Amino acid sequence: MNKAPLRWSDVTPRHLWLNRRAFIAGAGAAAVAGPAVAGLTYSPSAYSTSEEPNSLEEITSYNNFYEFGTGKEDPSRNAGALTTDPWSIVIDGLVDRPGSYDLADVLKDQPLEERIYRFRCVEAWSMIIPWIGFQLSGLLNRVGVQPGAKYVAFETLVRPEEMPGQQSPILDWPYREGLRLDEAMNPLTILATGLYGEVLPNQNGAPIRLVVPWKYGFKSIKSIVRISLVAEEPPTTWNMLQPSEYGFYANVNPTVDHPRWSQASERRIGAGLFGGRQDTLMFNGYEEEVASLYSGMDLAKFY
Amino acid sequence: MDRLNALSRRVPVNAVYLAGVLPFLWIVWLTLTNGLGPDPVKAIELRLGELGLQFLVAGLAITPLRWAGLNLIRFRRAVGLLAFFYVSMHLLAWVTLDMGLRWEQMAADLVKRWYIIIGMLAFATMIPLAVTSTNAAIRRLGPAAWNRLHRLVYVSALGGAIHYLMLVKAWPVEPLAYLAAVVVLLGLRLWRHGRRQVAQSA
Ligand code: HEM
Repeated sequence: MNKAPLRWSDVTPRHLWLNRRAFIAGAGAAAVAGPAVAGLTYSPSAYSTSEEPNSLEEITSYNNFYEFGTGKEDPSRNAGALTTDPWSIVIDGLVDRPGSYDLADVLKDQPLEERIYRFRCVEAWSMIIPWIGFQLSGLLNRVGVQPGAKYVAFETLVRPEEMPGQQSPILDWPYREGLRLDEAMNPLTILATGLYGEVLPNQNGAPIRLVVPWKYGFKSIKSIVRISLVAEEPPTTWNMLQPSEYGFYANVNPTVDHPRWSQASERRIGAGLFGGRQDTLMFNGYEEEVASLYSGMDLAKFY
Repeated sequence: MDRLNALSRRVPVNAVYLAGVLPFLWIVWLTLTNGLGPDPVKAIELRLGELGLQFLVAGLAITPLRWAGLNLIRFRRAVGLLAFFYVSMHLLAWVTLDMGLRWEQMAADLVKRWYIIIGMLAFATMIPLAVTSTNAAIRRLGPAAWNRLHRLVYVSALGGAIHYLMLVKAWPVEPLAYLAAVVVLLGLRLWRHGRRQVAQSA
């Protein structure tokens, strides 16, 4: 054996990395056959919705991931070149065990679950997505959150050679997002590493992304390379660009309109030409789980 | 240039109408063959809006091209009516496919959302132009009044381009390019108008 540096795939069970081609070939089968032939080992979750998930094709070819271009099809076209192995995440700030963690180390001992979540974009479309992931709280507990920490800040990879969208200053790279600590610790909040039982396709934020199902999609930051525990509310990308339109909280809320899009209703991708619209649910239907996080807050002010 | 003019004289106007509806038939074809991706509704709406804007810009280019010696004025009515057709279909797609006939929400959008208000204004200014596009209407109005009325198209094109710029997130290049094209085409008129006034007063 030569002395090539160890990659996370070398120390990760084979089912966690499966090469891309095998993934693409297997994806269709997995989509119909379900967990039996799936590449990842995971358990079901009581947090999953019983709604019918969107097809893998829909979920992987209709993406907002400006690192790969602003068009919805750009990510599926351009994300193939992204190197996701090796991958490491810097975990820093107010934590007991800061450091640069290899992805395999991040995933260690975190039980994977399938979370079939509603996904609601601020542009007023939605999907149902069968994520595979683990609770962010599991990772935060492992690295040890210090008492002064009030928020969690996230950053996406910056690598313009592989992320052509970053070659123009459409957004202020790196893409940044953040959560209040109690939001981050909520059991609904997951770090996803898979989709439809297989490793996450690049255009969906491989190898690891956040999923916060009661917030608009832009909060669910992709291809994460940094997680910082901080005392103050961190700057977040869309909020920096247009604070009157994109708040820090960005909770799905049919009664608080975005200036461009009414948030009262949404179009479900895959509903067909005459599928029309359906009413948007408060907190995207996760009111029971998360409403208490915001009790006493004026949600029209903290949008 | 003379060759181009001679060539254009041999193109029947109906050919322009025919060519102009091809993109529409293409959209219909793609719709029927699932060629519009995971969100056909948005794809249809966006393509129709973009075609409307393209025909508006093309229509605005005809007069400056004539100053440059290329005379396509025969086709201007066809280009304008095609623009109206695409913007109407764009609006229809919004009402039926996108909004799913949710009248209350549409009414709210029409008073609240600036890109919708400006789009609607741009569409509204095109209605009198389409209505007065017949030879009979031109005769009835007289050329001077007709010309004055049809300057409304400046509002339609500017409105359409601003509408596009307002509805995108961040600053992608396409809407900026359309707005720049409209501003240049209108600016050329202003510039020429100014020079003529200077020439007259000299
Ligand atoms: C002269 C009139 C108009 C022109 C030239 C125009 C043009 C456009 C263009 C170029 C786009 C973007 C296409 C793209 O992204 O590729 C667009 C999008 C759109 N337009 Fe218009 N439009 C006009 C009027 C209207 C009207 C009257 C309405 C509705 C009342 C409307 C509603 C919309 C909507 C909802 C979108 C899509 C927004 C989204 O991205 O979700 N437009 N239009």
